[in-house]
Amino acid sequence: MPTATQTLNISVNNLSVTYSNAKLALYNASCTVEPGTITALVGPNGSGKSTLFKSIMGFLKPTQGQIHVGGLTVQKAQKKQLMAYVPQSDEVDWNFPVSVYDVVMMGRYGYMNLLRIPGSKDRRLVMESLERVGMIDFRHHQIGELSGGQKKRAFLARALAQEGKVILLDEPFTGVDVKTEKRIIDLLIQLREEGHTILVSTHDLASVLTFCDRTILLNQTILASGTTEETFTEENLSMTFDGLPISSLPQMYHTSEVDR
Amino acid sequence: MSDTIAVFPLWNWLVEPLQYGFLVQAIWVSAFVGLVCAVLSCYITLKGWSLMGDAVSHAVVPGVVVAYALNIPFAIGAFLFGFGATVAIGYIKSKTRLKEDAVIGVVFTGFFAFGLVLVTKIPSNIDLFHILFGNVLGISQQDIIQTVIAGMITLVVILIRRKDLLLFCFDPNHAQAIGLNTQLMFYTLLSVLALTIVTALQTAGIILVIAMLVTPGSTAYLLTDRFDRMLGISIATSVFSCVMGTYLSYHFDVSTGGSIVVLLTVLFLVAMVFAPKYGILAQNSHQYLKPVENQAQYPKI
Ligand SMILES: Nc1ncnc2c1ncn2[C@@H]1O[C@H](COP(=O)(O)OP(=O)(O)O)[C@@H](O)[C@H]1O
Ligand SMILES: [Mg+2]
Repeated sequence: MPTATQTLNISVNNLSVTYSNAKLALYNASCTVEPGTITALVGPNGSGKSTLFKSIMGFLKPTQGQIHVGGLTVQKAQKKQLMAYVPQSDEVDWNFPVSVYDVVMMGRYGYMNLLRIPGSKDRRLVMESLERVGMIDFRHHQIGELSGGQKKRAFLARALAQEGKVILLDEPFTGVDVKTEKRIIDLLIQLREEGHTILVSTHDLASVLTFCDRTILLNQTILASGTTEETFTEENLSMTFDGLPISSLPQMYHTSEVDR
Repeated sequence: MSDTIAVFPLWNWLVEPLQYGFLVQAIWVSAFVGLVCAVLSCYITLKGWSLMGDAVSHAVVPGVVVAYALNIPFAIGAFLFGFGATVAIGYIKSKTRLKEDAVIGVVFTGFFAFGLVLVTKIPSNIDLFHILFGNVLGISQQDIIQTVIAGMITLVVILIRRKDLLLFCFDPNHAQAIGLNTQLMFYTLLSVLALTIVTALQTAGIILVIAMLVTPGSTAYLLTDRFDRMLGISIATSVFSCVMGTYLSYHFDVSTGGSIVVLLTVLFLVAMVFAPKYGILAQNSHQYLKPVENQAQYPKI
């Protein structure tokens, strides 16, 4: 059983994913997320970031390849509550009749008995997690009543309540104001200090430089991976973003994101 | 004074039928069916399984016919075929490139047609009309027992698994991420769906059963943002409609299932227009305030 101080890595070995419409989203992707780091997964829209996340989390069955978390299979790691996932905003049904508190409590279900009746520890951890992301005052709000940044923080609180050692965040900065982005980054840095392994998908190249220890560049396959300084070369980035001039990247990316 | 005069006819209207045993029984059965459907309705509407419910309800027909032919309880045949249809849908969907709605359409009409063929070929005393449209006023003791057993199993399963089922409707990925068995949740929800349809078969009939599974939850969803309240509202509208529908059917000599669903639909329409937050009227008056929010969504450059 991993202890609080133990850190876990993620290893992805020769992963290929084909969707049922015969669309090859990832091929022969291999990479390692080093334990106790914040690692950025960077790539343009449709490059397979979410597909890689979903494979790591076991939400979809890869055509080939293996994934291990701290040496365990994904399924075993999940049974031990080692892996938390903060979904991309468009994967959530924001009209669902649940409150922020309900959502965060869902992070604790894996620790409860079959009836999922929360104990005092569950309630305490939920409140602490809400406190940590600054969402205590919003705990009785229905999730659709929140702003973009508050929505992210609510789901981040769920990941905290789950006490996962490995946290995957899919596009946590999309639709979030600068203040919230800073706040989330500070929290991720704290979590790293506590020994969590964090994988963040993003296209915000500037902020990657400020807080990510390592970077993986992705476009259908892994193009580069290593420390952020090593990987952030003009050559690597232009390869990833298909020859687009790098200075114009963030802006163009956002435009296409909003158009969708 | 005029109040008391106005109240008395209503009182008579409600009490007079209660002297007939069969009617009292029909009211109880309807109310129970209304309760079971209302509870499941909340999950089905949130999960987006309305079409699946329609499919299961039609797919039970051959099961009912076979059950009568073999002289086993109709509930067992109906459940097996209803559940079997959902398994067939899942299998075909995973093996072909077809979209789910097409697969559902093919499978349930296939089952239904097979049932029609059977009912016209196998000699039995089944009244097709009663299968299609229900017959709660003429329900037999045996059928009541089966209805109540199927309904009780549904209620107990949902009561025990309600948190997991809600999580499964809301965020199945998270359920998997915390190591829960989502396959089991999927089949649990399908089973209680099939059981609920078995429960409602005698009251509403297979054509209208889907209304009892979709309308109460939809009405409630328009009225609240909290699941507990949604459950309460769904139950209230559903039980009210079932009881009142049975009265109407007696007093005006019209179809029971039809009256129940008409009432459910009227309540839905009222909610759709007048719901405090999500009603059409409220939405129209809110529109002027809208543009202020969502500023955080603008892209940062
Ligand atoms: N459920 C799906 N079915 C079919 N194709 C999909 C599905 N999800 C994603 N894709 C395709 O796979 C590719 C990678 O998508 P995704 O992993 O969402 O990329 P990203 O998260 O980097 O934007 C895209 O071309 C997308 O259209
Ligand atoms: Mg994505």
